[in-house]
Amino acid sequence: MPVMTYRDALRSAMAEEMERDESIVLLGEDIGLYGGTHLVTNGLIDQFGPKRVIDTPIAEGGFTGAAIGMAMAGLKPIVEMMTWNFSFLAADQIIQTAAKLHYFSGGQVNVPLVVRGPNGGGVQLSAQHTHSLEGFYGHFPGLKVVSPATPADVKGMMLEAIRNPNPVIFLEAGALYGTKGEVPEGDEVVPFGKARVAREGTDVTLIAYGRQVPLLLKVADKLAEQDISAEVIDLRSIRPLDTETFVESVKKTNRAVVVQEQWRYFSVASEVCAVLQHEAFDYLDAPVERVSGAEVPAPYARNLEIAGFPTIDHVISAARRVLYLEK
Amino acid sequence: MAEVIMPKMGDAMEEGTLIKWLKAVGDEVAEGDALAEIETDKITLEMEAQESGFLTNIFADEGAVVPIGEVVATIGAQDEIGKGEKPAAAAAQVEAVVESGEPAAEADEEAAVVAGETPAAEAEAVERNEKFRASPLVKRLAEDAGLDLGLVSGSGPDGRIVKKDIQPYLDGSKALPTAKGEASAPVADAAPTRAAAPTYAVTGTKVDMPKIKRVTGDRMSESKGFIPHYYVSASIDMSAALDFRKIINAQLESAGIKVSVNDLIIKAAALSLVEHPNVNRSFVGGELYQQDSIDVNIAIAMDGGLIAPFIPAADQKSLGTISKMAKDLGKRAREGGLSMEEYQGGTFTISNLGMFDVDEFIAVINPPQVAILAVGSVAEVPVVRDGKIKVGHQMTITLSADHRALDGAEVASFLQSVRKYLENPMLLAVG
Repeated sequence: MPVMTYRDALRSAMAEEMERDESIVLLGEDIGLYGGTHLVTNGLIDQFGPKRVIDTPIAEGGFTGAAIGMAMAGLKPIVEMMTWNFSFLAADQIIQTAAKLHYFSGGQVNVPLVVRGPNGGGVQLSAQHTHSLEGFYGHFPGLKVVSPATPADVKGMMLEAIRNPNPVIFLEAGALYGTKGEVPEGDEVVPFGKARVAREGTDVTLIAYGRQVPLLLKVADKLAEQDISAEVIDLRSIRPLDTETFVESVKKTNRAVVVQEQWRYFSVASEVCAVLQHEAFDYLDAPVERVSGAEVPAPYARNLEIAGFPTIDHVISAARRVLYLEK
Repeated sequence: MAEVIMPKMGDAMEEGTLIKWLKAVGDEVAEGDALAEIETDKITLEMEAQESGFLTNIFADEGAVVPIGEVVATIGAQDEIGKGEKPAAAAAQVEAVVESGEPAAEADEEAAVVAGETPAAEAEAVERNEKFRASPLVKRLAEDAGLDLGLVSGSGPDGRIVKKDIQPYLDGSKALPTAKGEASAPVADAAPTRAAAPTYAVTGTKVDMPKIKRVTGDRMSESKGFIPHYYVSASIDMSAALDFRKIINAQLESAGIKVSVNDLIIKAAALSLVEHPNVNRSFVGGELYQQDSIDVNIAIAMDGGLIAPFIPAADQKSLGTISKMAKDLGKRAREGGLSMEEYQGGTFTISNLGMFDVDEFIAVINPPQVAILAVGSVAEVPVVRDGKIKVGHQMTITLSADHRALDGAEVASFLQSVRKYLENPMLLAVG
């Protein structure tokens, strides 16, 4: 199995699918001649030409609206948000139009749109460029919201995103673009709504998605040194949310820690906790712990940014709390 | 703050067991709300709030045996929650009972001896905690395994029982501790004021005793051990009574009434009590009390034990009414459908084993009453009448009397009266 970076895996998914399907077009700021701010689309303009890899003005509401129109008319546009923070300017188009047209039209109109880009922080981009929007977009019916954590998943889920007839919010872990992993060759689609057991364990279930998944694997290694066997669940998909996988895991381990970069309140972790208390109530030996971002706009200073996001030590401490090993 | 006391729910009630609190400290309560479940000798019932407000204090733990009149809780304003203290004297008294054989430091010498005799039996025992906290997982596992979490100590926050606390019991690596109450004598018996029961080497299988049996046993031990019983018997010729019964039952058949021999005896005893009010008394706290109403208890054998509901003002009721009431009480007693007012009280008791072909027997007084009438079978015997031997129908009755309240002549006179009514049964019809 070839090893490639998260970035290259993502690009190969789009390129392979564009080879197969001429209705796919890319839109975004600096995605063509410049190759994309994060080099995700690097070289694609040479391969597919400027009619399918379209450099847009700096106007997220405008080009997202145009992409929705293309999707309604039969194309399969993939819109790049340079970072997800800029999607606030396009939120009206995404939420008010893309998410609702299928319902408004009584099922006659589909919007097979993918909006993708780096989500979250960790690379010192400060408060306005460090939002984690999975909770925000995950709130709206009519949208699919995914957050792949590995090169294999980012490729497989992009294939699914393009083929899915619904608008898909594709939240890439920007801090992981350079990470490498094995990626299966060929048309290996990863379906939405199916979580992944990233590591099996028996004592405590650690649940996350996106950038926190590699963090949890490191935590599991550290916990193993303390004779604590941690199971790591990668949610992969926020909406639809695969509750069965993490509920089954907690039924086995009786304890859970949910980790996320975003803020605690009204978040994905809040939802996971709610599901656990309902579906696994009689299996819980301790209250579920959440480890979340600090309740402040993300700091710029490196030391503060590190302190403001979940760290290995934060998660280890939470795992030990649900095991009653510390208070 | 208003005090909530252990209520007196019947003449015979001296203490109640607080089974379960239905409200917690801090809960808002309205007058008439059920505060707790309490158990008297023979029934479990709800204790109601007499005031509205907030439950500000709870002074009696679940399982505690509390004397009537004892303060168990207070009701007051919201800002009084948790404030206020239990009356000191009362607190010591209740603790002594709840401690179940383990005397408080101040307990008397006798109690210290009682406890001293049983430490081996209690070595593995722990105090049962009714208000344990446990994780949902632990509650489910304990239920599946039949584990009593009240006996497990928790290592989690605020004593929460977590999985690792019960794991040794689930996998069998450790034996579950027993409750103190189970290892030693029952709570009521262990009260420091009671004398120690002698201990014997035991073989055989321990048999479960229903609560009612324990209560009856306690009361009978107390009665027989303390009350100076004596017994007076009389043989009564029941021929006329049986003829009388045959006639009225034939005439009442269409009305669905069938008068039993026992109904005749109830009526005869009630009318005799009118003539001998000295037998219709109670002995309480060293004092004798005259009872105005003649309320006749009838002892009824149930599956689990004995119960003695009463027919109020039996002297003023017709035989037909007595018969119907007695039948109904018997039926409902065996079905467990008696209400407390129907058996807590009564002024004179009749115990009849006639249906079991017994010649005669003597009964133990049902305190605070001062007499009980034991009735044997009606048997065909040769009797001498006017110098000739005839077939007679004889029944022997025995009155057990409290010698503090009654002398032999008084009892004999009472029995003469009973004989008069039963041997001249028309008096029962007009009485």
